[in-house]
Amino acid sequence: MRVGGGTMGSMAAAAGGREAVIEIDRLSLTYETNDGPVHALSDIDLSIGRGEFVSLIGPSGCGKTTLLRVIADLEQPTGGAIAVNGVSPRAAREARSYGYVFQAAALYPWRTIARNVALPLEIMGVPKAERERRVADNLALVNLAGFERKYPWQLSGGMQQRASIARALAVEPDLLLMDEPFGALDEIVRDHLNEQLLKLWAKTQKTVVFVTHSIPEAVFLSTRIVVMSPRPGRVTDIVDCSALPRERTLDVRETPEFLAIAHRVRQGLRAGHSYED
Amino acid sequence: MSASLAAPPVRRPRGREGAFVPVLAVVLALVAVWYAGAYVLNRPQVMDAFARQKVEPDFESLVAATWSMERPVLPAPHQVAAELWKTTVEQRITSKRSLVFHGWITLSSTLVGFAIGTALGILLAVAVVHVKSLEKSLMPWIVASQTIPILAIAPMVVVVLNAVNITGLLPKAVISTYLSFFPVTVGMVKGLRSPEILHLDLMRTFSASAWQTFWKLRLPGSVPFLFTSMKVGVAASLVGAIVAELPTGAVSGLGARLLSGSYYGQTVQIWAALVAASLLAAALVTIVGAIDRLVVRRMGMAR
Ligand SMILES: Nc1ncnc2c1ncn2[C@@H]1O[C@H](COP(=O)(O)OP(=O)(O)OP(=O)(O)O)[C@@H](O)[C@H]1O
Ligand SMILES: [Mg+2]
Repeated sequence: MRVGGGTMGSMAAAAGGREAVIEIDRLSLTYETNDGPVHALSDIDLSIGRGEFVSLIGPSGCGKTTLLRVIADLEQPTGGAIAVNGVSPRAAREARSYGYVFQAAALYPWRTIARNVALPLEIMGVPKAERERRVADNLALVNLAGFERKYPWQLSGGMQQRASIARALAVEPDLLLMDEPFGALDEIVRDHLNEQLLKLWAKTQKTVVFVTHSIPEAVFLSTRIVVMSPRPGRVTDIVDCSALPRERTLDVRETPEFLAIAHRVRQGLRAGHSYED
Repeated sequence: MSASLAAPPVRRPRGREGAFVPVLAVVLALVAVWYAGAYVLNRPQVMDAFARQKVEPDFESLVAATWSMERPVLPAPHQVAAELWKTTVEQRITSKRSLVFHGWITLSSTLVGFAIGTALGILLAVAVVHVKSLEKSLMPWIVASQTIPILAIAPMVVVVLNAVNITGLLPKAVISTYLSFFPVTVGMVKGLRSPEILHLDLMRTFSASAWQTFWKLRLPGSVPFLFTSMKVGVAASLVGAIVAELPTGAVSGLGARLLSGSYYGQTVQIWAALVAASLLAAALVTIVGAIDRLVVRRMGMAR
């Protein structure tokens, strides 16, 4: 099935025999623009197993957001095949099987923070009491308890982004798609949320696809790291992180295993860049 | 902490108090120009009158005369003010000579027409935004409807409706509706289309239905646009009601006051009715603006 580039075959097998949540086969996406076609994704092969935490890393414009949007059925691929939970992305979306965190918070300005978090639950028809419980729980999880009745403009950018994470978590999806969710946050908050996210993931066995620009963040969080390069957007390396324990604290970042993985990711990113010149 | 955070910060809209002095200056300048205009425009008639009496007037009595004529070409501000006072405060409001009475007649058809026009405008906008083919088929007609001069169709509409025994308030309200639905339609179409792609994408990730997207995103997002166009619409409604009173020889309403004033050369009465009409328009726009601010603050969007 996998006919990807030479090294691809062996790397893609790392889903580890688990049931695949996301199955991507020779996927391409070309945007038709006024300045000609943009090859945002080219020949992507990737299989993500249940309970994995997969990070997508790569330079700006390499198609990380586009790939995530294809998985979420927000964008239609122009070639190849993709299955989410064994069905088409559209069917998966309609079954509400994922939660999506956008690069920007995307809160509705006329809704309080609590009502923003409740929005997907209202749409799904979750009963009021259950809705209130989930809103309170998830706001507490992202340290926003006490801000329920604030409006988005009364919060800092970082707080808004945390609210948008709470909104995605409130859906209680098995699959979380996160597009640079912590990109706008300061280091300390970012560390804290990384730990929280990892705890949540370990506890709930969610599958996470996580876009980031930060190598330490990717290594700290992931079971596997997908390194991408631009023009055309493709996968250049898939780095396995199973050398690190599944339960991690921030101290893990000082260990030689951690540094070795980070080094390999850095190499992969460099290779992608030199290809470009 | 949460207690101090609970109260939404109320920031005063800037420039309200600060605007008072410049506004007053403009009003004073306008009044001065008006007095000067009254002098210039009424002078020939006054000169004739003096000439007939073979009197050589000095400047002072000339000015006094131009500002106190019974049927001036342009009445002076204080004459209009006196007429306004006489026809509002000094009349019972049920009297046919009360401007409040006439103002209420016009206002009631304005409000009925405005309400129908706003509802119609919203409905048309919802239809145009949701049904692709309507954008191409309906929108050109909506635009074309406004290119027909209102003075041309108002008499026809009123006469036709009178012929089928619809009289009084309703024919006038129809003209108000005709003038006010348009800005509301255009504003609402823009408002319903105003949500960012990102906000629409979010709804898509929730697999929201078109109906849910409408209620929870498009409609609240369109509120500021709705009120802006309602301000235009309410002023247009008043114009429509007055225009509808002109061609039919209506006996009551501000339009009727304008008409009877011009029959009998009662320029002071005409100007009093004009001033009353513009004060009414200003009041209506202000009220819509106040509701706008109230709603936007209620929705939490005020900053
Ligand atoms: N709607 C679109 N129409 C045309 N081109 C697009 C569109 N969206 C993205 N692209 C192009 O596709 C390529 C990949 O974009 P994408 O947003 O997926 O990159 P990214 O890896 O998420 O970048 P960043 O790290 O800056 O977020 C870019 O060259 C971009 O210009
Ligand atoms: Mg991106």
